[in-house]
Amino acid sequence: MSLAELICPAGTPAALRTAVDAGADAVYCGFQDATNARNFPGLNFTPDELAASVAYAHDKGAKVLLALNTYPPAGKVDLWRQAADTGARLGVDAFIVADMGVADYIARTHPQVRLHLSVQAAASSPEAIRYYCENFGVKRVVLPRILTIPEIREIRKEIPCEIETFIFGNHGLMVEGRCSLTNYLTGQSTNMDGVCSPASDVEYRRHDDGSMSSQLAGFTIDCFGSDEKAGYPTICKGRYTAPHRTEGYYAFEEPISLNLSRLLPELIAAGVHAFKIEGRQRSKSYVRGVVSAFRQAVDDIRAGREANIADLVALTEGQKQTQGAFETKKWR
Amino acid sequence: MTKLTLGPIAYHWSAEARRDFYARIADEAPVDEVYLGEVICSKRAPFHEADLPATIERLERAGKTVILSSLAEVMLKRERKATADLAAMDAPEIEINNAAGLYARGERPHRIGPFMNAYNEATIAWMAGRGATHVCLPAELPAPAIATAAAAARDLGLGVEVQVFGRASLAVSARCYHARAHGRTKDNCLFVCEEDADGMPLRTTDDRPILRVNGIQTQSESYVDLMGETGRMIVDGVTHLRLMPQAVDMVAVATTYRDVLDGTRSPAEADPLLREICNGVSFSNGFYHGQAGYRRIAAAAG
Repeated sequence: MSLAELICPAGTPAALRTAVDAGADAVYCGFQDATNARNFPGLNFTPDELAASVAYAHDKGAKVLLALNTYPPAGKVDLWRQAADTGARLGVDAFIVADMGVADYIARTHPQVRLHLSVQAAASSPEAIRYYCENFGVKRVVLPRILTIPEIREIRKEIPCEIETFIFGNHGLMVEGRCSLTNYLTGQSTNMDGVCSPASDVEYRRHDDGSMSSQLAGFTIDCFGSDEKAGYPTICKGRYTAPHRTEGYYAFEEPISLNLSRLLPELIAAGVHAFKIEGRQRSKSYVRGVVSAFRQAVDDIRAGREANIADLVALTEGQKQTQGAFETKKWR
Repeated sequence: MTKLTLGPIAYHWSAEARRDFYARIADEAPVDEVYLGEVICSKRAPFHEADLPATIERLERAGKTVILSSLAEVMLKRERKATADLAAMDAPEIEINNAAGLYARGERPHRIGPFMNAYNEATIAWMAGRGATHVCLPAELPAPAIATAAAAARDLGLGVEVQVFGRASLAVSARCYHARAHGRTKDNCLFVCEEDADGMPLRTTDDRPILRVNGIQTQSESYVDLMGETGRMIVDGVTHLRLMPQAVDMVAVATTYRDVLDGTRSPAEADPLLREICNGVSFSNGFYHGQAGYRRIAAAAG
């Protein structure tokens, strides 16, 4: 039977306490630097905050997972090693890693702490996952958001570790850990700096006809009519033109959220051990709402009761949602 | 000493176009090493894999070293099999672009491809301990990190490669954006990517060029051009400079780079020649200088 652990985001100590109180089995977070893939201003934890947060979580029976899931550029490896040393000293329950050098260091230096393979490692086949399990003792893989449920079920049979999948939040459609789009436009790297479409480079421009354009580093990512709500300019969710598509179209993906609430029973049946909710940059009230709803749904399903999925759908109200690659290969 | 290499063709060029291309490369291009194989989309491989033995033979007869490159993304059965088959080859030189390939290769010698995210000396040391003989660094790595990585690789006895010419790979996805642009899915794409020999251009809605689509891959609109930086890279210990095939006269591109490496032309003299060969495509070197990748840092051009 799948454990169906609920893994929840925490961008701040307050969000961590909220997630734990709302029923998270584990909370993932990061330090205030480039060592994690949500390196945003005002987000993440100091070592002191992490120490207090680990104590709070452990007190309530929840685990803390520390994301060290970026790629240190040569010459800066020490920052990642120090973050691992600090995390181990503070008693985190697992490290979420992507870089082989970082994984190797932790496996040798802190063998008592579990290693989870980040989605940033882009391991999407049994062989790739086994590589990390056999070489670094990885205990769990966070699967990329690009696999169907039958594919997940097959992978599950062929790997010696647990599986974690995203179920809600951002719909990352580029293979994570292999995306330099932000660095191409802004000079800040998702892989090395933990930055994706940074707010400091975002600008909204109102035009004379009432339309609004969203820009990143001076590039127009999308344009909205006077009656449309302007979205955040994430490069892979922008509208562009192509030679035979002279009207702007969503070349990669529409601005849309991932919501797999309807697929929870199938995911549990497929052997998924842990469900991940995305959104370390989101508010406390978001964390409370989403975590509570998924806690109830997962408990209902595990107890054989009908889960109230409608509540979860309501959480994305006003936004578009998708089951992306999980539901159908046609998404591809 | 420094070697000039030709990376694998990223696009869906027809079998005939590939045959002609490699025939010219064999006969005329001053490159030392040529990477062959389908790296982006496994559906394309059947179109040209039958020609592979003849192409290898032709290139080797011309004195080039041939390296077979593995797929960047491995999910489907046929992709797993293709990766395992490549890893099982006795060939001394294969380039691995996915951890599935590393798993299959074990500790037998291999090269690390640019999709493997070898960003730092710790990762390179790990890979060297598992049979890697050579590493191609990620396209977005800036100069100080390249220098540190190259020094580490040299100490470990590994070759170090940097892409100096051609569109940078910026992202890969499970989804085919060529198919999507034509209202299709990856499974019924009808190989529409064949229409765009240099990628499908995307422009912003206010008509500024921004990105290129190549099937599941997203590339830079600009060609990376580090001709002005080759001198520093060589001093820093980079041993191999990679030219990525674009739909321009690659023999002329290789010749221009070779002239600069040989000192018969300065980068400043070569720059206008390269621009002419590339028909006004924009050049960039921002990643190398730690700035936005699309930028061209003028100071380095001389």
